[in-house]
Amino acid sequence: MNSSLLSAEGLSKRYGAVEACKNISFEIQEGEALAIVGESGSGKTTLLHLIAGLMAPHSGRVSYRGRDGVRRDLAEMSEAQRRALMRADWGFVHQDSTKDLRMNVSAGGNIGERLMALGERHYGRIRASAAEWLARVEIAEDRLDDSPLTYSGGMRQRLQIARNLVTSPRLVFMDEPTGGLDVSVQARLLDLIRGLIAEMGLAVVLVTHDLAVARLLSNRILVMKQGEVIESGLTDRVLDDPQAPYTQLLVSSVLAA
Amino acid sequence: MIPSASDLLVVEDLSKSFTLHLHGGKRLPVVAKVSFAVKRGECVVLGGPSGVGKSSILKIVFGNYLAGAGHIYLSDGERFLDIANATPREVVSARRRLMGYVSQFLRVIPRVSALDIVAAAARDAGLAPGAAKNRAENLLARLNLPERLWTLPPATFSGGEQQRVNIARGFAGEHRLLILDEPTASLDAANREAVVGLIAERRAAGAGFLAIFHDEDVRARVADRVLDVSAFAPREAA
Repeated sequence: MNSSLLSAEGLSKRYGAVEACKNISFEIQEGEALAIVGESGSGKTTLLHLIAGLMAPHSGRVSYRGRDGVRRDLAEMSEAQRRALMRADWGFVHQDSTKDLRMNVSAGGNIGERLMALGERHYGRIRASAAEWLARVEIAEDRLDDSPLTYSGGMRQRLQIARNLVTSPRLVFMDEPTGGLDVSVQARLLDLIRGLIAEMGLAVVLVTHDLAVARLLSNRILVMKQGEVIESGLTDRVLDDPQAPYTQLLVSSVLAA
Repeated sequence: MIPSASDLLVVEDLSKSFTLHLHGGKRLPVVAKVSFAVKRGECVVLGGPSGVGKSSILKIVFGNYLAGAGHIYLSDGERFLDIANATPREVVSARRRLMGYVSQFLRVIPRVSALDIVAAAARDAGLAPGAAKNRAENLLARLNLPERLWTLPPATFSGGEQQRVNIARGFAGEHRLLILDEPTASLDAANREAVVGLIAERRAAGAGFLAIFHDEDVRARVADRVLDVSAFAPREAA
């Protein structure tokens, strides 16, 4: 009956007396892009970590339907199963690319590593895939053997995306993927991400405080405030005709979103 | 009212008001009890003075504004989907398959070329990349956008040029219903003519139009009916 790819039911998480997430439920279907927006401290990153299995909730559950069609509870998976999921089925794009990239390994090695983790051993094929993905994220092929240390911030972010997408994941989590980049770099990166989402039919959960980014990349949106989802719906509907007082404040506080 | 097979869009008792929470919860009624239908191949134009709620009706039909009450039945050829009560997912799907929208102003990702913007809209509607590019080129050519501009992002284009990219994007999906919000406002006579031609072609193929045109000449040539939205002015509660 539940056809969703990922399903969150009644998720709650406390830090001491602070309730970072209060009883949050939602679903993501295949190929759907969901944005989670809110100000700093609203609980959006905690929510992302809960559904990506990086943190355990105090109550509630997260389930995921695997490629075999079987729905499994994240909390009931073994550590090995969860790691396999993260390598093969999921991607995670961090705001800070150094959290994901290995800076002492070449760009090609960073991309190839994900393939090797899935059992690919053929050096030529790994290198060819890495080169192909570098081109897809618009990085010159002659930078394949360079360390990401020599890359600009925007290039590192594109490399991180290539590394996460090379294994053709079904679901990608993104935490402020264009945050901290120059505005001139953001636009191209957004267009790139948008193209890849459409082309690969990716499901995406995107955390951002930037409503313009949410508008460009997502179909659906959750607006969070103090650990609660206070409004949700079609992204452009929520941004253009917000119903909740807080969403109206958020939307009207932005310069021409 | 039961929609008939020739109905493409049936709007029934639609009402809308805004509640301005940042201004003491002031309630701003927009329209009340809006009812009309658009048949396949028909072009219905919304008329009435500025501020009467014409654009709001278009936005509600497209799912961009929330309907306060009522129904908006959109046909996919077999069944009717009530946009006023549909899930976000159903609206997303309807926008891909069934309805397009041309806004008054072009809003796009900066630094993406005009051709890519239009082709992306065709791909969203299900076309393969090659066919999408062909359709985009065809539309931009018909709308007289100089070919040297195709590979450039529209940010530096004139208002009229941007609007033609916007129109091409709206038509690229070849949807059953096209919603147009003053698409010809910033166009010269030759390009208005091109838009009139595109509309006639899509209508001949069975597409319906719900539109706002201030331009008398265009309106007279494309409208089957002009619906005066003043008739749906909400009665202020005493």
